[in-house]
Amino acid sequence: MPDAVAPQFISVRHRDETAELGMWVFIATEVLLFGGLILGYLVYRHAYPAAFAAASRHTEIVIGTANTAILLTSSFLVAWAVEVFAAETRKICAGLLWAAIVLGMTFIVLKGIEYAGEYREHLVPGIDFNFKANEANGAQLFFVFYFVATAIHALHMLIGIGLLAVMATLTWRSPSTRHRAALHSTALYWHFVDLVWIFLFALIYLPGRSS
Amino acid sequence: MTGWRPPLALVLAWFALLALLALTVTLAYVPLHAFNAVAALTIGTIKAAIVAAVFMELRARGPRTFVFAGAGLFWLGILLWLGMMDFLTRT
Repeated sequence: MPDAVAPQFISVRHRDETAELGMWVFIATEVLLFGGLILGYLVYRHAYPAAFAAASRHTEIVIGTANTAILLTSSFLVAWAVEVFAAETRKICAGLLWAAIVLGMTFIVLKGIEYAGEYREHLVPGIDFNFKANEANGAQLFFVFYFVATAIHALHMLIGIGLLAVMATLTWRSPSTRHRAALHSTALYWHFVDLVWIFLFALIYLPGRSS
Repeated sequence: MTGWRPPLALVLAWFALLALLALTVTLAYVPLHAFNAVAALTIGTIKAAIVAAVFMELRARGPRTFVFAGAGLFWLGILLWLGMMDFLTRT
């Protein structure tokens, strides 16, 4: 695997470590993007606890749980692909990435089915929203958060799926240490999208189930 | 054919994440009142820590990477702390 390193780096390792730190800086900005949304959620959940619990009970916990398992498994496959990345295992590595992509697309399809159900049940704020009168205000705020947060998350998923598809193709063709570094950065991004979902799942689907 | 198997740590992390998912969904249906939210967020944090440590390889990194990864958490802490302070202390 011949490797030319840009002049600002002294070695392949130096280049790869720089890329990794750069990804962590990028992830920090993403943490604050989703952090702002979650702060808004916490403030309104504090203001409307009963309405948030009631609204939460209207979300599809079966789809939410299935999607969490799907995303955790896809992260496992991507971490596995990073671990075994080498010239002699390039086909296995690309196969693992394609499997992760299929899981990612399954997540998006299930999310679409969920959105369609919420549309039919009049749970989309602004489009003929209909909820128990005394809890309608708080529930509407919950569903604004729900749609904004899950849509931004789904956008991240689509970007991640595109990146994984590029990496699967490159890995299949000619795996080099440059591609390994790029795959590593892509994997960090994919795991971060998984991390965000873990918290969205706990905040959206779980509250209010026992009451 | 060598070197294609997933490392044991990855497989264990995957099983642990799925087990924690089952646990958190089960606990959500047990009436624990205020503790339901605490349980959901605590288990979520443990799952996030497993993903960060094993899948994102932080367990194999040194202090320099911790500083970069921790910066996001640090600012998130300030955001949530100062942001919530007024609402949690207002009478």
